[in-house]
Amino acid sequence: MLTIDHLHARVEAQEILKGINLEVKAGEVHAIMGPNGSGKSTLCQVLGGREGYTVTGGSVQFKGQDLLEMAPEVRAREGLLLGFQYPVEIPGVKNIYLLKAAYNALRVHRGEPEADTFEFLALVREKLKLMQMDEQFLHRAVNVGFSGGEKKRNEILQMLILEPALAVLDETDSGLDIDALKVVSEGVNRLRSAQRAIILVTHYQRLLNHIEPDHVHVLYKGRIIRSGDKTLAHELERDGYQGIIEEAA
Amino acid sequence: MNAAESLTPPAETLPIEAHRPPAWLLDRCSQAAAEFAQRGYPDPRHEEWKYTKLRTLKNQSFVTASHAPMLDAADLERCTWPDLPSHRLVFVDGIYQPALSEPGDLPAGVQITSLAQAIAAGAVGLETVLGTLVDAQYSSFAAWNLAQLFDGALIQLAPDTCLQQPVHLLFIHSAQPTPQIYHPHSVIQAGQGSKAHILEHHIGLPGAQGFCNSATEIHLSANATLEHTLLQEHSEASYHIGNLFIRAQRDSRLISHNINLGGRLTRHDLNVDLCEPGAEAVLNGLFVVGGTQHTDTHTRIHHRAPHTRSDETYHGIADDQGRGVFKGRVLVARDAQKIEAHQHNANLLLSDKAEIDTKPELEIYADDVRCSHGATIGQLDPQSMYYLQSRGIDREKARDMLIFAFADEVIQRLPLAPLAKHIEHALQTRLPEGVSV
Repeated sequence: MLTIDHLHARVEAQEILKGINLEVKAGEVHAIMGPNGSGKSTLCQVLGGREGYTVTGGSVQFKGQDLLEMAPEVRAREGLLLGFQYPVEIPGVKNIYLLKAAYNALRVHRGEPEADTFEFLALVREKLKLMQMDEQFLHRAVNVGFSGGEKKRNEILQMLILEPALAVLDETDSGLDIDALKVVSEGVNRLRSAQRAIILVTHYQRLLNHIEPDHVHVLYKGRIIRSGDKTLAHELERDGYQGIIEEAA
Repeated sequence: MNAAESLTPPAETLPIEAHRPPAWLLDRCSQAAAEFAQRGYPDPRHEEWKYTKLRTLKNQSFVTASHAPMLDAADLERCTWPDLPSHRLVFVDGIYQPALSEPGDLPAGVQITSLAQAIAAGAVGLETVLGTLVDAQYSSFAAWNLAQLFDGALIQLAPDTCLQQPVHLLFIHSAQPTPQIYHPHSVIQAGQGSKAHILEHHIGLPGAQGFCNSATEIHLSANATLEHTLLQEHSEASYHIGNLFIRAQRDSRLISHNINLGGRLTRHDLNVDLCEPGAEAVLNGLFVVGGTQHTDTHTRIHHRAPHTRSDETYHGIADDQGRGVFKGRVLVARDAQKIEAHQHNANLLLSDKAEIDTKPELEIYADDVRCSHGATIGQLDPQSMYYLQSRGIDREKARDMLIFAFADEVIQRLPLAPLAKHIEHALQTRLPEGVSV
């Protein structure tokens, strides 16, 4: 589904990603872990197509296409959805309107007619319930005045409605209390399917107690210095990053 | 009559004379005429006219509308909303149209009528409310309006009366081969404890051209609550200069919505006097300019008494070569302690050639007050754009959504849903990608 090959990228003058290789197949959950400043968020933003993040080398193939050539909105419509570490507050734009615009953009992209309002509402209500969110959320401006936990729930709600082929979740667990973490993790687990892949970017092993990854990678100074299965996460929990960093050096 | 001629000393007869006015009124109009003849158009170097140049207006010739053309049902339909029942007065090119008006059933003590009719009928009690707030010293155009007083709306609410439906003052500008000038003058007198919503709606039919120079005087007695919405939808060839004067007494409340969408060059001056303790004014405003439109709003809120409050929110959007001006002046008198005055002006600049000028001006002579003000001019937030795009929404649509949202923050303050919907729709038609809510 996703092949990252020797990816180099910089933000302003500084090179952050220094040759990333990663292969993600349908049905897999990958966790990318690493200390602060290792390049985790930069990788997410490069995949999302954010302005100001310049790819200086390498390639990214998504479903057999050149991802880096696509505008951010095309990436989303093709099925790559980015869950933000800091979801943006947008005064005046109601949640329900964002959801509907996004959902219809997806449908039109696939050559399907726009959604019937009643069917769409029924779908949204069902997903709200899963995320234990009140219906009033729909009529509030996107993320405005939301708590940290509410913002993250909202990100997952969007995922459940838009059903991406590949969900890239940037620090979705940061700022969550244990109850919110459970709800968010359950939402992510519902996304899991044989056709879908998930990349979890996280600083903490805690999230992986709730969402079991197939592969774990350690990112350090812009490179993946070690990959393994879920036991790697336990090793990190026990020994910290230092051991692995020294071992790789 | 062209503009130059209109500046010559008042003609032997003033328009008001057609209504056989009482001596005090003829006097007031004559004085205003003399004032305007002396002052003429504002000096372009005057600070109040720094950003709005009147050269094109001055160089135009206008004729005074002497009789209004017949309008058909379709014309009226453009300007009204079936889902918003109202007490309606219709003026075409400044002249009252009884056949198109529907004041409807009014509670006892409420009068909604043509000012010309009231004067001709010898209505009593006008002397204290007609022409008393017009500050001829402040504005040439207000003086000109009073000098040319001919018609407008008169709304009188007896103490403790309450109108459930809004009053729709519909000023339609018709399409004529020669540009026209008219000077509607309205008086709103809200008695003690009364309550109403007045929509002052200026709209041009397709092809209309000319100059509307309006004035509105609003008197709020103790504890009255008045919502005043000014909706300006002139055609693209029209000029509008409007002066509003509001005098608020003890514990009264004014909620003003000032929505400017149309016109070639428009200017509104809102003068609010909070005269007695407890008086409060909430001012909401929105302007949207594109093409080569120019719009200018000056608000002047005078806190003359202690414990008065004002809260002002204006949003402006300028695209293409459009230009928007906002000047918000707040004056706090020496004895006006414990007042609160807040002002917020936010603007969106959507093109390199558009221009916004904003100027807050606080003059505070009391020492125990709570005042704040903030003005911003900016482009669409790139973070918000990226967030919407990351959800599959393309740039153009995302842009429209954010512009719409910015305007809607002000539109949503209108309590009349069908009116808010109409304004939202008017805005949507100007956004290429369209946005539905």
